[in-house]
Amino acid sequence: MFAGPIQELVDELGRLPGVGPKSAQRIAFHLLEVPKEEALRLASSIAEVKERIRLCERCFNVSEGELCAICDDSRRDPTVLCIVEDPRDIVAVERTREFHGTYHVLGGALNPIEGVGPEQLRVRDLLERLADDRISEVILCTNPNLEGEATAMYLARLLGPLGIRITRIASGLPVGGDLEYADELTLGRALAGRREVSG
Amino acid sequence: MATFRDEGVVLRTIKLGEADRIVTFLTPEHGKVRAVAKGVRKAKSRLAGRLEPMTHVSMMCWKGRELDVVTQVEVVDHFRQVRLDLDRMPAAFTMLEAVDLLAVERQPMPGLFRALTGGLRTLCEDPSPALLGAFLFRVLAIEGVGPVVDSCAACGEDADLVSFDEHVGGFCCRSCRSGTAVAPETVVLARQVLGGQLRAALATPSSRATAELERLATAAVEYHLDRRLRSAHLAPGPG
Repeated sequence: MFAGPIQELVDELGRLPGVGPKSAQRIAFHLLEVPKEEALRLASSIAEVKERIRLCERCFNVSEGELCAICDDSRRDPTVLCIVEDPRDIVAVERTREFHGTYHVLGGALNPIEGVGPEQLRVRDLLERLADDRISEVILCTNPNLEGEATAMYLARLLGPLGIRITRIASGLPVGGDLEYADELTLGRALAGRREVSG
Repeated sequence: MATFRDEGVVLRTIKLGEADRIVTFLTPEHGKVRAVAKGVRKAKSRLAGRLEPMTHVSMMCWKGRELDVVTQVEVVDHFRQVRLDLDRMPAAFTMLEAVDLLAVERQPMPGLFRALTGGLRTLCEDPSPALLGAFLFRVLAIEGVGPVVDSCAACGEDADLVSFDEHVGGFCCRSCRSGTAVAPETVVLARQVLGGQLRAALATPSSRATAELERLATAAVEYHLDRRLRSAHLAPGPG
């Protein structure tokens, strides 16, 4: 439809998640209009990220070197391991500033309908890491949805015999939420996981 | 914009954009419905917990051209015991996957809906070793492609049935036998499942016949769909 290179750019942009043909066209023409340096900066950061970023050899977080910044940090507690589905979940947990241990990224959650079983996740690597007896607690920090819960139950059963303390993140009502609008499953869990308070 | 109300069971969800999901339901009146649930990936979403796969809901949607939009949802049943039990999950996933592949969009499917809610409820309240096999054979029968169990599927003779061949469409007698050899108890079990004695079939204790029924029913569904049921071959239990 457009001259060769523009159409190519529109097609490439259109492959990005959440970008439809119309948005792809708009972005392509925006790039055409901006100063050359600005467009090249985008191109070089894409090239750089593809060249320099890889997966941490220990936890499979995104990393610049062999080990990610967290695995490489001697101040982190190596006895507690937090298991997450995706590197983005690490960012979410880090934002809480409540966790000072290390992570293990599974690379997804069990999803039989999509053909994702334990073999497709980094469960074997996890078992290898747990051979290190310094680890005394594993926190199952998968999403609180059907697939995430199934993954947590699977890991709990798999890791149970290792004699390590296995915990699951709590689930309940969001801060600032409203009981009236809470769904039954969430409110039920919040009740089941209630804690004693002292005045 | 026109709205509609129906019951539904959430079969699967896929992520859409920043915070939305496309939810696939099986409903009795509108068949398979694919609807956008807005903002359900945000922590404060009022709908998120109600739109997890394997939830029986009563809902209201805006009718869209391709995708509908979910506006209100109330939970009828969460099938909680299934969610909390790793051993019951594979059967539930297989039920959801089979129904997702068999159901047709925007055509009433009350039979399939009843079978699915009944199957999940049974799995929740009183799981039986024959349940998944029985469920898969029954949904095939509802779709009009149930296996022949009363006489030989090849010659129609009322003889002893000794094998099952999904290509022929059911059990076969000694002279026509093809496919997999089956035990006589499996034939009895399949007849109970499709002959109105489901309760008796579900009371069968775990045996070679219940395992065989599940295997044959899975093969029959896969033959009919011309694709593999992924969840039937992927047991999430360790070991």
